[in-house]
Amino acid sequence: MPCVADWLNNPFSIVQGIFAQNVPNSDWEKKVTEYFKEKLKENNATNWVPSLNDVPVHYLKPNSLVKFRCMVQDMFDPEFYMGVYETVDPNTNARVLHFGKYRDVAECGPQQEIDLNSTQTVTSERQTFYCVPVPGESAWSVVVLNPQFYAYISANQARVSPSTSYTPSRHKRSYEEDEDMDLHPSKQKEQHMGNSSGGDIHGCVEPKRLETEASAGHHLISPNCSPPLDLNFPLPGEKGPACLVKVYESWDSFKVNDVLEVYGILSVDPVLSIVNNEERDSSALDPMECMDTAEEQRVRSPPASLVPRIHVILAQKLQHINPLLPACLNEEESKTFVSNFMSELSPVRAELLGFLTHALLGDSLAAEYLILHLISTVYARRDVLPLGKFTVNLSGCPRNSIFTEHIYRIIQQLVPASYRLQMTIENMNHSRFIPHKDYAANRLVSGVLQLASNTSLVVDETQLEQGQLDTTGVHNVTALGNLITWQKVDYDFNYHQMEFPCNINVLITSEGRSLLPSDCQVHLQPQIIPPNMEEYMNSLLTAVLPSVLNKFRIYLSLLRLLDYSISDEVTKAVEEDFVEMRKNDPESITADDLHRTLLVARFLSLSAGQTTLSRERWLRAKQLEALRKARLQQQTCVNGNEL
Amino acid sequence: VPRPASCSGRRFKRRLRACLCLAAQDARSPPSQKRRTDDSTSTGDLQPMPTSPPADVQSPSAPDALFSSPPQFRHSAIPLDFDISSPLTYGTPSSRVEGTPRSGVRGTPVRQRPDLGSVRKARQVDLHSDGPAEDVVATEQSLGQKLVIWGTDVNVASCKEKFQRFLQRFIDPLAKEDEDVGLDLNEPRYMQRLEEINMVGEPFLNVNCDHLRSFDENLYRQLICYPQEVIPTFDMAANEIFFDRYPDSILEHQIQVRPYNALKTRNMRSLNPEDIDQLITISGMVIRSSQLIPEMQEAFFKCQVCAFTTRVEIDRGRIAEPSVCKNCNTTHSMALIHNRSMFSDKQMIKLQESPEDMPAGQTPHTLVLFAHNDLVDKVQPGDRVNVTGIYRAVPMRVNPRVSNVKSVYKTHIDVIHYRKTDAKRLHGVDEETEQKMFTEERVEILKELSKKPDIYERLSSALAPSIYEHEDIKKGILLQLFGGSRKDFTHTGRGNFRAEINILLCGDPGTSKSQLLQYVYNLVPRGQYTSGKGSSAVGLTAYVTKDPETRQLVLQTGALVLSDNGICCIDEFDKMNESTRSVLHEVMEQQTLSIAKAGIICQLNARTSILAAANPIESQWNPKKTTIENIQLPHTLLSRFDLIFLMLDPRDEAYDRRLARHLVSLYYQSAEKMEEEYMDMAVLRDYIAYARSYVNPRLSEEASQALIEAYVDMRKIGSGRGMVSAYPRQLESLIRLAEAHAKVRFSEKVETIDVEEAKRLHREALKQSATDPRTGIVDISILTTGMSATARKRKEELAQALRKLIQSKGKTPALKYQQLFDDLRAQSDTAVTKEMFEEALRALADDDFLTVTGKTVRLL
Repeated sequence: MPCVADWLNNPFSIVQGIFAQNVPNSDWEKKVTEYFKEKLKENNATNWVPSLNDVPVHYLKPNSLVKFRCMVQDMFDPEFYMGVYETVDPNTNARVLHFGKYRDVAECGPQQEIDLNSTQTVTSERQTFYCVPVPGESAWSVVVLNPQFYAYISANQARVSPSTSYTPSRHKRSYEEDEDMDLHPSKQKEQHMGNSSGGDIHGCVEPKRLETEASAGHHLISPNCSPPLDLNFPLPGEKGPACLVKVYESWDSFKVNDVLEVYGILSVDPVLSIVNNEERDSSALDPMECMDTAEEQRVRSPPASLVPRIHVILAQKLQHINPLLPACLNEEESKTFVSNFMSELSPVRAELLGFLTHALLGDSLAAEYLILHLISTVYARRDVLPLGKFTVNLSGCPRNSIFTEHIYRIIQQLVPASYRLQMTIENMNHSRFIPHKDYAANRLVSGVLQLASNTSLVVDETQLEQGQLDTTGVHNVTALGNLITWQKVDYDFNYHQMEFPCNINVLITSEGRSLLPSDCQVHLQPQIIPPNMEEYMNSLLTAVLPSVLNKFRIYLSLLRLLDYSISDEVTKAVEEDFVEMRKNDPESITADDLHRTLLVARFLSLSAGQTTLSRERWLRAKQLEALRKARLQQQTCVNGNEL
Repeated sequence: VPRPASCSGRRFKRRLRACLCLAAQDARSPPSQKRRTDDSTSTGDLQPMPTSPPADVQSPSAPDALFSSPPQFRHSAIPLDFDISSPLTYGTPSSRVEGTPRSGVRGTPVRQRPDLGSVRKARQVDLHSDGPAEDVVATEQSLGQKLVIWGTDVNVASCKEKFQRFLQRFIDPLAKEDEDVGLDLNEPRYMQRLEEINMVGEPFLNVNCDHLRSFDENLYRQLICYPQEVIPTFDMAANEIFFDRYPDSILEHQIQVRPYNALKTRNMRSLNPEDIDQLITISGMVIRSSQLIPEMQEAFFKCQVCAFTTRVEIDRGRIAEPSVCKNCNTTHSMALIHNRSMFSDKQMIKLQESPEDMPAGQTPHTLVLFAHNDLVDKVQPGDRVNVTGIYRAVPMRVNPRVSNVKSVYKTHIDVIHYRKTDAKRLHGVDEETEQKMFTEERVEILKELSKKPDIYERLSSALAPSIYEHEDIKKGILLQLFGGSRKDFTHTGRGNFRAEINILLCGDPGTSKSQLLQYVYNLVPRGQYTSGKGSSAVGLTAYVTKDPETRQLVLQTGALVLSDNGICCIDEFDKMNESTRSVLHEVMEQQTLSIAKAGIICQLNARTSILAAANPIESQWNPKKTTIENIQLPHTLLSRFDLIFLMLDPRDEAYDRRLARHLVSLYYQSAEKMEEEYMDMAVLRDYIAYARSYVNPRLSEEASQALIEAYVDMRKIGSGRGMVSAYPRQLESLIRLAEAHAKVRFSEKVETIDVEEAKRLHREALKQSATDPRTGIVDISILTTGMSATARKRKEELAQALRKLIQSKGKTPALKYQQLFDDLRAQSDTAVTKEMFEEALRALADDDFLTVTGKTVRLL
């Protein structure tokens, strides 16, 4: 076990060292990033860095190195700062150079003054992102992978005892918490630490953290007692640290809704908040300070205790947020991981299919389509057309919400991020789906549809009653429709709209055909009607071994990232097939059908770990489609009024 | 674009050095000198203005005695023919212009320019004070000619001279007639502007930096780099010329020069530390404007004991209240006299990046602007503006008493000039401001592209590549994107001719009509996308609402007005209700929208092309029916579409095969190839934007002949069969299409090949949509009257046959309806349906030949 080094606890000393060595040159900046890059490469050093996702801010040492996995919710204006500045001691006239990078406040000693007019001053530019934890992140994925870290925390922070677990950094719906308890009642924090200290990376996925704060659930019930500062989470009822992330390099490459993992220096200087108060007091006279409204100031410089700052040293976009997978799949080590996993793919698929079949009350066809849906992803866009989206409408769901609720819970257990949208008249009319710009506070106010890529959105239409949609409702439904058809959300900038492409897997559960568009409608045909749905579903989840569950998770995340191609030979075959089909039945086979069958074939091949389309898969895809269509037709016959 | 910080910092450093020098003096200098360091880092550039005409330098200190206020080190050379202690004289260096004895200057006060920062400080330093003299970079100090302003390479005298030469001589070679109404283009442009100032009395001279650049590159560079020094010099120059020419003119204050259209920066995103203190022009949208802020420039203090008065200037936003009266030495006796203090108007404005400039997937940046004096309240939230001003960065102190400083600078722009970019949209004419700026290389590329012989095919295939085939439809849409040339016939009383091309796509569901519409909507900068199902007449046009706060009536514009100069895509056109559709009649021909609502009566421009898609009423296109019968749209509306295309699902094996191959390729093409195609979209967009704004083809002689021939031919075809197959509307369509095709080639002349293509496309569209399903002949009257000529003819024939039949029956007053029908059917050699029979009866009834009552037919 390497001892905790300076670079973790006091990165400024490192930066200062490099800065002092290279000072007249500007390449000290490059050397700093290189140094930290090297350090983080060393044997799992990344695991040593405390993560803001799991550890509350007040347990972290200010000015230490931290990491944060987050989604860019908003981007603020770039700011100019003093990259290098000089201080002067008025008594001795001694001049000292300092670096302003990675700092909010230009430091200087008690006897010193900053020389604003120094010739040495270098002005640089940096960009601030407002980041929130990945919305809808499943409880299981918010897990710290390295147990040693806790030892470090307890040693350094001198925690009284591990059992006084810190406040949970996130809290989702309360039933989820209950369910978590049900699932692994015995597992608790300390145990987790004890168990996993062996270093079994994949075994320690332990979704549960002991909920100590009863008040957390309270927030959901009474929205009125929300904290004074709206942290602007896209989804209602989310908790977690929002963060102002200051980026120093290549900020142009980041986009809103990107998921990032940043390594940087934590800044929670209380001065930052005091600064604002002072500023506001004195603003009466100072015209420079009163240029922002009070709301804007609140948003742009919130109290550091609520919204800490991270000065980024290294930042990378994440391909996926599944902690069970290596972050970057192109590296050598991850390749062996992938090939190992691919070798045992088919039993995992079979098991998953069985599991989902049970969950879908014995309907294996629906389970098959659900797998395809879960590994679908928009892999490209041809002008406006998103390719690879596969919205499934699961019709024929029982009217009571228990079924859909449990389906969602199962999906939640499988994917890293998900959200269940209950489509009720009230919900549609009252919640904000589309993010909009608040010009008074000059920020993008989030909405439910501001989600990171590959989030599973389960739209529960079974609860929709007859009723009147108002303007907001119509807007919301339209936005949802656009999201499904074009995979984009038009953010409302008041004077204009702006299109943000997205990549969200939408699953619609409904009784009849959904009023929302979908790529593919599957009618559920339950084989078993369990007398007690609740019990049935619960037992289903408890029956799955955590290790198997982990395999499912890896399976779904990994297959999404695979490449895919179609050989010329198969292209020919597909052509022939299509022509043949059109000949036989020109009325019912259209280009849309070909589109869909190609999609099904794509995901079917991928789900079996094959990256090219084979003739068999193509036939199988056609067969699946035929089965599905037959079912729909049958359904239309049963109740003829339905389209 | 991030640039190496070190490099960008260097410039900044130099400025800071200047600051340093001044700050050092500050410590011991009297309060009035402190003003010099004012607030910003920019202070540094504004160093001594030592280089004013030598005459000034020679006659310096005489006026000193006249300064009433105590130690104000104003060694300026102003001849004191007016009260120099008046606050109004704190002004730009242009005040020194008055050194030259000119009668006209008298009485025209100088107005200070807070937009240039604290210019006053320039007056505080002159060559005779010891400090700044060292700063002057000069070989011979006595010679003003060699002096430059410290920290810059600006020599005031030569700079002034050059600018005067510019004003006196500049004739814009590129000026267009319509751009400046009332200007003689062959006379120096800015001299005419000065004349205008003399007549109108608005003492502002707007100078287009582009003109300056073409006239004197170096002067332009100086203006951009050192606006704070150069603009006052320009002021000086302009005033000299002005009062020279119009000595008796009386203005509110001296003329202020306002440069605009600085070319260097356009995009908010590209601002970086290097731009600090430079003149920049930036476009954006105003999102918020503050109340008017009266900013104290100078506080007036009066001693309560001895009535001694003193002035204190603002220093970093603070007034240092004198604690001791300098006259009677009483402590804390000075009181602020508000109404004798000096204030200037100021307004904070938030500017947001315009949506066009934003890279995809990022949120817009914002910038703070400060407007001063009469620029206050010139813009409202929602306005699109081009702002020219000086970019500033100011350090933020955590607390003046604590040594810690926030390491961040606050940035803003001091506005010198606004130019609204959308103001003209409602009033028509000028589109110059909307033109996208193209770099020269880009223009080269585009021109190069336009010379390719297959450019038309190339562009049309670049259009929505994911949609398979439908070549002619894509070509039609391409021409629509380019549009015809705008023609103005207002003086002959016909108003504007429509230049926009309207297209209707109809056809089977699932033939990617919506996709095509989405593509177009995404391609054009000012496009709107609506669905006929969800839009109401109000949503398309405009409506009046009452603002809840101000109780003011506000006109809100709908999709059609918003897409003025763009394309309005309307999906599910057939599902639109009757009243909504009726709105389109005016828009599609007159290109305006008239509104009379809640006391607001107005006509808005809606010069929008319409791209609509309609589904057939029977879900599948019925080839046995005409277009009108299939989509059930009124022919009055249909005839307003230049091109009507059918997008049918062809039942054809070869087509299926190609389609399948195309679709399959979609599903595995590599990412790079997609990138390539995406690039194409950007090029296409620029190409269209360039052609739309710069190419205005006119008909050539041959082209006109060809058009006439084409039209005559079209009419001949019809007349041969006793019907009209073309109307003037079709001729106009042809002209528009030909013009658009010429635009595709970047040609200023419409030539025969353009007409040929227009004819072909028009015929192609007609063939699809106006073919009479019974005869197979193209028949324009299907679209213009809703019924094909053959159908009408057959109807007449039947009526005649019926009349003959009845007449043959002799003088019977009444006939049985059913009997007559049977007889007619027996007699006729073609099948006669009941509807046809009834129609014939009705026709005869209209001729007063018979009446039908119930089941009997009576002759009259």
